[in-house]
Amino acid sequence: MEHFLLQTLIFLVAAVIAVPIAKYLGLGSILGYLAAGILIGPYVFGFTQDIETIMHFTEFGVVMMFFLVGLELKPSLLWNMRGSIIGMGGLQVTLATVALTGAVMFFLPWQQALALGLTFSLSSTAIVLQTLKEKDLMHTGTGKSIFSVLLFQDIAVIPILALFPLLTTLPIPQSLTHETVLWDINALPNYLQWIVSISAILIIFFVVKFASKSMFRLIASTRIRELFVATALALIVSISLLMSLVGLSPALGTFLAGVILADSEYRHELESTIEPFKGLLLGVFFTSIGASLNLPFLKDNLLLVLVITFGFITIKFIIHFIIALVFKLPSKDRSLFSISLVQCGGFAFVLLQFAKLNGILASSTIDPLISAVAISMFLTPFLFMAQEKICTKPTKEKPQKQEADTIKSKGHKVIIAGFGRLGTDVGRFLIAAGIKPVILDNDVAHIALLRKYGYEVYYGDVTRLDLLEAAGASNAELLIIAIKKFDKSKHLIELVKKHYPHLKIVANALDRPMMYELMNLKVDKIRRETYGSSLELGRDALMLLGVSPHESYRMMRIFRKKEEDATPKFHDICYKEEDKYISAVQQHDEVLEQLIANSTDLNSDDVDKAWTAGNPEE
Amino acid sequence: MKKILINFAHPAFSRSKINKELLFAVKDIPNVTINNLYDNYPDFIINVEREQKLCETHDIIIFQHPFYWYSSPSIIQEWCGLVLEHGWAYGAHGNALKNKFMLQAISTGGEYNTYSKNGSNVFTIDELLSPFKAMAKLCKLKYLPPFMVMGMHRGLSESKINTYREDYRRMLIALRDDTLDLTKASNFPYLNSDLDSLIK
Repeated sequence: MEHFLLQTLIFLVAAVIAVPIAKYLGLGSILGYLAAGILIGPYVFGFTQDIETIMHFTEFGVVMMFFLVGLELKPSLLWNMRGSIIGMGGLQVTLATVALTGAVMFFLPWQQALALGLTFSLSSTAIVLQTLKEKDLMHTGTGKSIFSVLLFQDIAVIPILALFPLLTTLPIPQSLTHETVLWDINALPNYLQWIVSISAILIIFFVVKFASKSMFRLIASTRIRELFVATALALIVSISLLMSLVGLSPALGTFLAGVILADSEYRHELESTIEPFKGLLLGVFFTSIGASLNLPFLKDNLLLVLVITFGFITIKFIIHFIIALVFKLPSKDRSLFSISLVQCGGFAFVLLQFAKLNGILASSTIDPLISAVAISMFLTPFLFMAQEKICTKPTKEKPQKQEADTIKSKGHKVIIAGFGRLGTDVGRFLIAAGIKPVILDNDVAHIALLRKYGYEVYYGDVTRLDLLEAAGASNAELLIIAIKKFDKSKHLIELVKKHYPHLKIVANALDRPMMYELMNLKVDKIRRETYGSSLELGRDALMLLGVSPHESYRMMRIFRKKEEDATPKFHDICYKEEDKYISAVQQHDEVLEQLIANSTDLNSDDVDKAWTAGNPEE
Repeated sequence: MKKILINFAHPAFSRSKINKELLFAVKDIPNVTINNLYDNYPDFIINVEREQKLCETHDIIIFQHPFYWYSSPSIIQEWCGLVLEHGWAYGAHGNALKNKFMLQAISTGGEYNTYSKNGSNVFTIDELLSPFKAMAKLCKLKYLPPFMVMGMHRGLSESKINTYREDYRRMLIALRDDTLDLTKASNFPYLNSDLDSLIK
């Protein structure tokens, strides 16, 4: 236990120190993690042990990342991407493999060359996706192209693993016994393997599509947050486990689950739940890669490793550039596409290890290769930076254009917090007026119903910053607060004022003291929940007493205007002594007294003098 | 028998002196429909479809209102702006009101003689009503002289009010039954200048 805690502490402290420094230097978080890894690794301070285990465990972060990416891709969007996934991805893997194999064949027999060609054609999903997210490129055309290729690579690993045993040229080392916890799919005949694999995908599809939503609804209605977190994690882990059992990629399975859930009301909640786990795991993953860098070996074979690294980076860059040309990527994005996929990553580690076990490659061949892979991961952030430096001249006009586009396509962005009695009508009104709000609510029954009618409703606690972020608070224009709990309203307002100062706020107050408190918080517009209906009732009363409809209506409007004009005055009186403590009850009495004492008089000129004509000669 | 629509407008109905009386005098006449605009549209959101249907199903449209600043109360402006649509009331295909009759029943504070070149109101009623006459022409309505109640500033005696009530009632019935000499009427400044001579 102590050992475990100590290891955790070392990783966390290293990350906390190194990442902010890297960020400050403009190097991105990945380099920070890698550098931290080198420092705590066995060759510098030697704090860590068992790096391999940690690396394998934390690679699960990549699986979560695929789930998160899936959450942002609705099925229709994914379907639109099918061309680039198969076309670009297929071409990338094929061309890169051919080119790399050709190059290696100068030095090694063709079987080994092909194994290495396949291995080095793949890229580092973790590093690339993390970088794209950090640079906010996921939603751009190029970001999607890059992601398509990564997705294809992830699928391609499976046939590559199947192909490797056919390339064996060396005696197979003793230890090739598959380590499986439950059962081994390879024991089955070939056709059955296929059936099992496809059924596994279908099971994931149907369970996630039809069972998970009601399950999340059930869990959410208990209002115990840990349960939701546990369920979300259990979902991802179980899918990964199932996929591993049938010999498929866990990332692919969770990605599928993510896509299916992209339409669900729990999308934002899932996103904000999984995000920290993913971040933490990936952080440790990158750190462990840093720690695994064999520095003495690198020192002795520096030239060889560098030649290998720059060799495959150059070959891949050229191939990617050709693909970018073939698929007619915009000229300014070609270099980004080409550079982003040049490194090798997690797949290379796995495949090299696998090649060793299958007797394809000798240890002596593999060692410099592993170092080269690690170096290429190290270089990636620098390559991104270099690309940005060299190619950002034309981007001056690009962001402007894009901004205009998003405003045009999405219109005004409004978030409604709380969709109860009040929020419902506000939302319906806005929708009728052509404004489609994003709605946040934590009433499970409501949400299911509203979604049936096509409202964009999401489940979650509105005072959670990550949920606000996921709902798009950073580029929204207006927040409408229509929740019942006043403490929550205040908390939300404080949160928004601090983190999203650009957001205009419209809030609901239950009574006057609450309204005054909201005025203290400088909320842009405040409405008292029952005020509108009180006045309408008064107007109905006048009409039933025989006052003409128009006069009743006018009196109501005049009363409302006078009261609204007087509100700041009442508010000032209430808070004239700043340090005076007024309890809620006291305050309520005081407010009531002021109200009665300062009653608006409608038998005034506003009503009486209206439309009375005098004789001009008098 | 013709059908008559009275589009009535008084924003302070409870304080009305003559318009209320006139309205009460005619509200029970068969084939006369009273459409109280301020009552029906206190918030000025006029139901255009309903208003157009009302016009279509009546032959004579009367605007009854006090004379405010030489014109009508604002809701009548609102009504005209919204109801008299192109393609319905006017324009090549706007024939919904064609050959219907339009007239105004107006009360003024000033006396008859103040509405003259040398009077305090400078213009005659006929001149001041030119916008309404032009509107009628564009909407292919036949414009009749107004029914006038003047001199409200001075106040009207009970018997005077009764005469107006009676005249208004008689005029509406005659219009409805086609017993009013419309050719002759168009030469009169007001329909109630000499009602006896007009009713056949």
